[in-house]
Amino acid sequence: MELTGAEILIRCLEDEGVEYLFGYPGGAVLHIYDAIYKQDKVEHILVRHEQAATHAADGYARSSGKPGVVLVTSGPGATNAITGIATAYMDSIPMVVFTGQVPTSLIGNDAFQEVDSVGITRPCVKHNFLVKDVKDIAETIKKAFYVATTGRPGPVVVDIPKDITAEKCEYHYPKRISMRSYNPVVKGNKRQIIKAVDLMLSAKRPMVYSGGGVILDRAAKPLTDMTRKLGFPITNTLMGLGAYPATDKQFLGMLGMHGTYEANMAMHNCDVLIAIGARFDDRVTGNIEKFCPTAKIIHIDIDPASIAKNVMVDVPIVGGVSNVLKEMMALIAESKQKPDQKAMAEWWAQIEEWRGVDCLKYETETDVIKPQYVVESLYKVTKGDAFVTSDVGQHQMWAAQFYKFDKPYRWINSGGLGTMGFGLPAAMGAQFANPKATVACVTGEGSIQMNIQELSTCMQYGLPIKIICLNNRALGMVRQWQEFFYQGRYAMSYMEALPDFVKLAESYGHVGMNIEKPEDVVPAMEEAMGKYKNRLVFMNFITDQTENVYPMIPAGAGLNEMILV
Amino acid sequence: MRHIISILMENEAGALSRVAGLFSARGYNIESLTVAATEDPSLSRMTLVTRGSDQIIEQITKQLNKLIDVVKLIDLTEGPHIEREMMLVKVKAAAATDARNEINRLAEIFRGNIIDVTSNSYTIELTGTGDKLDAFIRAVGHEEILETVRSGVSGISRGDKSLSL
Ligand SMILES: Cc1cc2nc3c(=O)[nH]c(=O)nc-3n(C[C@H](O)[C@H](O)[C@H](O)COP(=O)(O)OP(=O)(O)OC[C@H]3O[C@@H](n4cnc5c(N)ncnc54)[C@H](O)[C@@H]3O)c2cc1C
Ligand SMILES: Cc1ncc(C[n+]2csc(CCOP(=O)(O)OP(=O)(O)O)c2C)c(N)n1
Ligand SMILES: [Mg+2]
Repeated sequence: MELTGAEILIRCLEDEGVEYLFGYPGGAVLHIYDAIYKQDKVEHILVRHEQAATHAADGYARSSGKPGVVLVTSGPGATNAITGIATAYMDSIPMVVFTGQVPTSLIGNDAFQEVDSVGITRPCVKHNFLVKDVKDIAETIKKAFYVATTGRPGPVVVDIPKDITAEKCEYHYPKRISMRSYNPVVKGNKRQIIKAVDLMLSAKRPMVYSGGGVILDRAAKPLTDMTRKLGFPITNTLMGLGAYPATDKQFLGMLGMHGTYEANMAMHNCDVLIAIGARFDDRVTGNIEKFCPTAKIIHIDIDPASIAKNVMVDVPIVGGVSNVLKEMMALIAESKQKPDQKAMAEWWAQIEEWRGVDCLKYETETDVIKPQYVVESLYKVTKGDAFVTSDVGQHQMWAAQFYKFDKPYRWINSGGLGTMGFGLPAAMGAQFANPKATVACVTGEGSIQMNIQELSTCMQYGLPIKIICLNNRALGMVRQWQEFFYQGRYAMSYMEALPDFVKLAESYGHVGMNIEKPEDVVPAMEEAMGKYKNRLVFMNFITDQTENVYPMIPAGAGLNEMILV
Repeated sequence: MRHIISILMENEAGALSRVAGLFSARGYNIESLTVAATEDPSLSRMTLVTRGSDQIIEQITKQLNKLIDVVKLIDLTEGPHIEREMMLVKVKAAAATDARNEINRLAEIFRGNIIDVTSNSYTIELTGTGDKLDAFIRAVGHEEILETVRSGVSGISRGDKSLSL
C-alpha cells in the first residue's frame, strides 16, 4: 500500500522505536501533524517554544540513552530550535530533528516562512539532510538515526519540504544501513592498548580523568570496575559526573575551573594521566602551557579529532570506551605487573593531604540560606537518587559540587554551550523517560525565566518536576566575575522586577513555595517530595546574594593555581 | 607548511559548502580549492591547498574526515606527487608589433598554447605548477596583462598509489 510522505515519516519513527516526539506545529508540517493525529504509536509532546522541544528531547536522550526526536515547522520553528540543536551538538547528544520546509517549487524564493535550515544548522549538527523525493524519506530517516547514535553522537537535522510529505510511495524501512563515507571506529588498536596498560601499571602517580564519553557510551560500570581494580584516584569532568560513584574514597570530585583542590592538584602532579572520553576543554585544562607538566598521557576517544586537539598525548587510542576498557581489563588481569604499592601509598598520602584542605567547605552558621546547603539538602532528601537537571550559572556549579552522584546518567546539564534555559525543558524530557523517578531542576531566577513558559507544558502532561530555584536576585555567575575581575562594577548582573514565583507557579496550576530560612529548607523539600510528590513544585529559595563559587581557577592560570576562598 | 589535500566525497548538493564552512568556522586558511565529479558520477574529487603547522594540518585532515560526506582523503604532500594548475591569460598584443613575437616566444618557452587571437590581444593557455604560472606572469610583465584566470591546483600521487574506493 502506498503511504504519504507524512505517514511514512511517522511509520519510520514507530519502526525506529521512538516513544516521544517533542514538537510544535505550523504550516509546513501540517500533513505530518495530520499523520500524527491518525495513529497512537508515537506520542507527540506539545511544548510551548521550539527551543524547549529540543532541550526536552535532549534531556530524554541523556536520561534514557536513546535518541531524542523533535518536529518543528519551517522558518521560525526551525530558527527557534537552533539553540537546542547547538546545545546537543556541543555535548554530543544523539538527537534527530525534523524541520518542515516550504514546498520544493518555492525553495530559494524567499517564500513565506522559508529559511535555509540546512545552511543555518550546518555548523551545529553532526549532519543534515534535505529530502527531495518521497522515495528517499525512509532511507534518509534510517541514516539520520544511524549517524546521530553511532560514533561520537550528535544531532542530525532532516529538512522536509511540504509537498514531499503529501506525495505517496510504497513504505519500506531498511533494517540496516551502511554508508561508504561513514564508518566510526569503535575497537581500539591492540598495540596501543597494550602500550597504555604497560604505562598504567608502571605509574607511580596515576590519575584517571574521565568525561562525557563514558556517560554517552553507558560505560560507567567498566570504568568503575577498572578504576577500583587498579586503586587509582579518579576525577570526572562536569559532563562525566556519576560515571564513578561520588562518595567512593577513590573519587576526588570534579576537576577544572570550579573543580576540587585535590582533583586539580592530582592532575597537575600525576605522572600518568588516563583520559577517558574527555576532550581537554579549556575549562578543564586552564592554561594549556601549564597543564599536567609531568605526565605521560593516554587518551581514549571515539573521535580522532578530539585527540591531540588541545593537548599532545603519548598514547592515543581511537575507540569506544566500553570496548577499550574491556580489553584493558583483560590485559590487566593477565599481566604479572601490579601497580607499585609503595608508590601508590605515597601518592595517596599526598592526595589525602590535599583533600584535607576541604576546599568545598562553606559557612553553615548563618541566617540566610546558603545555596550549597540547598543542594546538599536535596541530595539528602532524595537519597542521591534523583535525576538532576540544571541551568547555567553558579547554581549549576553548586549542583555539580554538592549533589553526590553515585549513580550514572542522572546528571543532566549544558556544559559545552552553557545554555541558560536548558534546565526545565531538559527535566521534562527526563521525566518522560523516567516517569516514576524524582526529577529535580536546579536553576537560578535568571535561567528559569528563559523557558518559564514550559510550566504550561508540565501542567498539560502532569509532570511532577521539582524546581529548585536558587534565587540570589542576581545573574550570579556574571556578578562573581564582575566582583573578581571588574572591581565590583556590576553591569546588568542584577535581576530586578522578579515575578512572584509562587503565584506564577500557582497560575499554571502548580505548587509554589517561598523558602527564606535555613531551618525551613529540609522540611520544605520533604513536603515537596512527600505530600506533593505528584505535583510540580516550584521551590523558590531566597539565597545569599554574595555567595561565590569556590574553588576557582582564574583565566590564564594552571590547575595548581586555584583561588580557594 | 603548504599542504595539498585531496578529497573524495559524495557528489551531493551542499558537500562543497560543508568543506568551505568547516574552514571558515575553524579559522583554517584555503589557498585554493578545485572540485569536480570523477569518472564515477556519485563521487566528487576536491583538491584543497592549505597552510598550517603540523598540528593544524592534523586537525584539518581529522575534521575533514569527520564530515559525513567525505569518503576518503590523502595529504598528497606526504609523498611524491604531481601538482598542476591551469591558467588562461589574456595579454596585450597589437597586430604587427614586436609584442606579438615576444608573446609567441614566451608561450613556446613555457609550453603554452595560444588559443584565441584578436587584433589587439592573445589568449594563452598554460599548465604547470603554481610557480611556473607565476614565472610566466612575471616574464610577460603585469602591464601587458589584461586578465588572468587560474583553475586552482589539482594533484595526484606519483606511482601506483591512488585515491579511490
Ligand atoms: C558555567 C560553566 C562552568 C564550567 N566549569 C567546568 C569545570 O569547572 N570543570 C569541568 O570539567 N567542566 C566545566 N564546564 C563544562 C565545560 O565547558 C565542558 O563542557 C566540559 O568540560 C567537557 O566535558 P568532557 O571533556 O567530558 O567532554 P564532552 O563534551 O562530554 O565530550 C565527550 C568526549 O568523549 C568522546 N566520546 C563520545 N562518545 C564516546 C565513546 N562512545 N567512546 C569514547 N569516547 C567518546 C567525544 O568524542 C568527546 O571527545 C563548565 C561549563 C559551564 C557552562
Ligand atoms: C542563553 C545565555 N545567555 C547568557 C549566558 C551568560 N551567563 C552565564 S551564567 C549567567 C547568569 C545566570 O544567572 P542565574 O540563572 O540567576 O544563575 P546564578 O548564576 O545566579 O546561579 C549568564 C547571564 C548564558 N550562559 N546563556
Ligand atoms: Mg541568580
